Amino acid sequence: MLDFSKNYFDLFGLPVGYIVDASSLADRYRDLQRVVHPDRYANGTEQERRLSVQGASLINEAFETLKDPVARAAYLLSLHGVEMDVQNESTQDMAFLMQQMELREELESLREQAGPYETLLDLSGRINKQITDLVAQIAMQFETPNDEQLQEAREILRKMRFLQKLRAETERVEAELEDRLN
Amino acid sequence: MALLQIAEPGQAQAPHQHRLSAGIDLGTTNSLVATVRSGKAETLPDQQGRHLLPSVVRYQQSGIQVGHQAKQSEVDDPLNTISSAKRLIGRGVDDIKTLGSQLPYHFVDQQSSVPRIKTEAGDISPVEVSAEVLKQLSERAEGTLGGPLEGVVITVPAYFDEAQRQATKDAAKLAGLHVLRLLNEPTAAAVAYGLDKGAEGVHAIYDLGGGTFDISILRLNKGVFEVMATGGDSALGGDDFDRCVAEWIMQQAGLDENVSQGMAKRLMHAACTAKEALTQTEQTEIEVPIGTGESWQGSLSREQFNTLVDPLVTKSLMACRRTLRDAGVGVDEVQEVVMVGGSTRVPRVREKVGELFNTQPLVDIDPDRVVAVGAAIQADILVGNKPGDEMLLLDVIPLSLGIETMGGLSEKLISRNTTIPVARAQEFTTFKDGQSAMAIHVVQGERELVADCRSLARFELRGIPPMVAGAARIRVTFAVDADGLLSVSAIELSSGVQANIEVKPSYGLTDQEIETMLRDSIAHADEDKQARSLREQQVEAERVIEALQAALVEDGERLLDATERQQVDAALETLRTVSKDGDQEQIKNQIAELEKSCGFYVERRMNQSIQQAMSGHSVDEFDQ
Repeated sequence: MLDFSKNYFDLFGLPVGYIVDASSLADRYRDLQRVVHPDRYANGTEQERRLSVQGASLINEAFETLKDPVARAAYLLSLHGVEMDVQNESTQDMAFLMQQMELREELESLREQAGPYETLLDLSGRINKQITDLVAQIAMQFETPNDEQLQEAREILRKMRFLQKLRAETERVEAELEDRLN
Repeated sequence: MALLQIAEPGQAQAPHQHRLSAGIDLGTTNSLVATVRSGKAETLPDQQGRHLLPSVVRYQQSGIQVGHQAKQSEVDDPLNTISSAKRLIGRGVDDIKTLGSQLPYHFVDQQSSVPRIKTEAGDISPVEVSAEVLKQLSERAEGTLGGPLEGVVITVPAYFDEAQRQATKDAAKLAGLHVLRLLNEPTAAAVAYGLDKGAEGVHAIYDLGGGTFDISILRLNKGVFEVMATGGDSALGGDDFDRCVAEWIMQQAGLDENVSQGMAKRLMHAACTAKEALTQTEQTEIEVPIGTGESWQGSLSREQFNTLVDPLVTKSLMACRRTLRDAGVGVDEVQEVVMVGGSTRVPRVREKVGELFNTQPLVDIDPDRVVAVGAAIQADILVGNKPGDEMLLLDVIPLSLGIETMGGLSEKLISRNTTIPVARAQEFTTFKDGQSAMAIHVVQGERELVADCRSLARFELRGIPPMVAGAARIRVTFAVDADGLLSVSAIELSSGVQANIEVKPSYGLTDQEIETMLRDSIAHADEDKQARSLREQQVEAERVIEALQAALVEDGERLLDATERQQVDAALETLRTVSKDGDQEQIKNQIAELEKSCGFYVERRMNQSIQQAMSGHSVDEFDQ
């Protein structure tokens, strides 16, 4: 069966690294699921069905992780032996934190605005831009990482998590506004 | 000793024996069965040439009626004629209180979490009602195809939660059917359209049925149907359109809310007829008898009708927008919109959906039949009639799964629109010294408070080895299979002790209840229980033998050395003998024995196919 000890990159036959080609990742994902998915074993034995559910779950998990720039960064860090405490660790970069607070306030005040869509669009544009910048920065740290660069990557990842949450928040406000419209 | 028939590898069985399978669309209002014959998927009519089977069952002392005949008694015998099983299936007694006002039935007050309806023929659960409909349809298919079905694919609304899916599967079990897969209705429709046209790109499936609404966004790529997001409303459908019109009639006729059950049914029938007429004409006349010889007459224009149903249509469009956002695609990226479900015949629905997606919705395949047709295509592949077929469906979980944490909050473990199958593990610890048991409450839904989510099940972990508080590390794994059904396993990490799990489904039937129902239904049919379960075990053995034989033909030479081959052949032979002469228990044990002794081969095969799949992409793709 699937070698569950393989790391996600090996599983997909991809080189271990931060830069992942999205289309070949998706191609390999589909090719793997084509042979492992439970639909291939719907009429198989109990054991085949069990193995295929486990295998397909693992491939889904691996795909989700490698697809998402934030999850991928955390996974790559853990492969390098850096385990983050997701719940409790946060960046201490004051300038960044201040900026986050401002963005959050901006988002909160949106709800009271008369024409909030323009601002919302602009805001999510800026958030996405920031994430993209961090993705580029972290990619550099992962090129040939030493301890110092791994610590730097960890710090960037903390910031990414902040922005990711904010983006989710933005989407929620957008949904709220739309519902109110109807 | 009897002469054993020893099959030579490569000529194990009749080659490409066509296996019988069917796709069943178990609808709120109507149900259908379809199958693939001579490469073509089509719905099957009954002896009177009718394809649709009303999902209505009438329970009388003299027996059970299903379908058209039962539907006719809806007005005269509303209490014993059950027509909304799909709205009730997998629901709890509390849900019924909300739905109850719309339903005429007498629900039995009882302890069990599953609502039961009082009828002349006894107390009936919605699962049993659905089982009757499934039985009727599978008999129709078996009659047409001339043999027993080896497996079926049953469709469910994409938005069905875990309890509703489990209940549907229970109904199939009661009907004696082997379920190859529960397939989401919109995905089934996509299959019916996609295979027809070799479509690629992003598609939206808008499925408005009698009682449920689903919207799915899919990406089609070389035969892979990847569901990106799904959404909807499990209590929005054509019935609600009828209710709007019925309420309008009541208003016009000066009837108050407290009309009789029979009157309410007559109003709904009149409303439904008017709705259907307005798909063709601009104006329709309505006449409803409203009591002692009197009747109300009036006319309804399409414009008035549109005003009445607009809030409902808007509700569905809101769900479309939400789902597009979940999928991360803009309206302009959607290439085509497929219309599914009888309610998409309403011109206003087509118009509004077309406006939203800025494209003419596809209606080529009969919206009533498209789901069953897609299910039949999938069943044909799953049952093994199309080896080498490239089609693959990757579906998602429609609602987030979470567990209850301190303060009645739900902690999301698997978020909605995650591709299934999926498994997530979570670690727990004990908070008391020597604590040996722990309760876990699993809920489904998007809200933060457990009280606002649907309770799925309570699990009790037992057998945790005694340790000081906080020392035990219990890893609980929540796995959702390709049918969207949940299973939970737990292990204490420091000792490796497997914890026992007792499941208490919040709304489903327990395994025992199903057993009892099965027994009852068998007793009812005067069938010998022993004989039946022996037969079931024999069928299972046949399936295992066939699967293994097919595997040996394919790659036995390549993957096994002579000793291993002997081992596999011997195990196969033993099972073959036992399945002929043994009893139920012996066959069961021998199947387990065979799976154990040939396990290495099964694993080797899977590895092999994975390697093959990956060998298409050599590492040098990256060496440039």
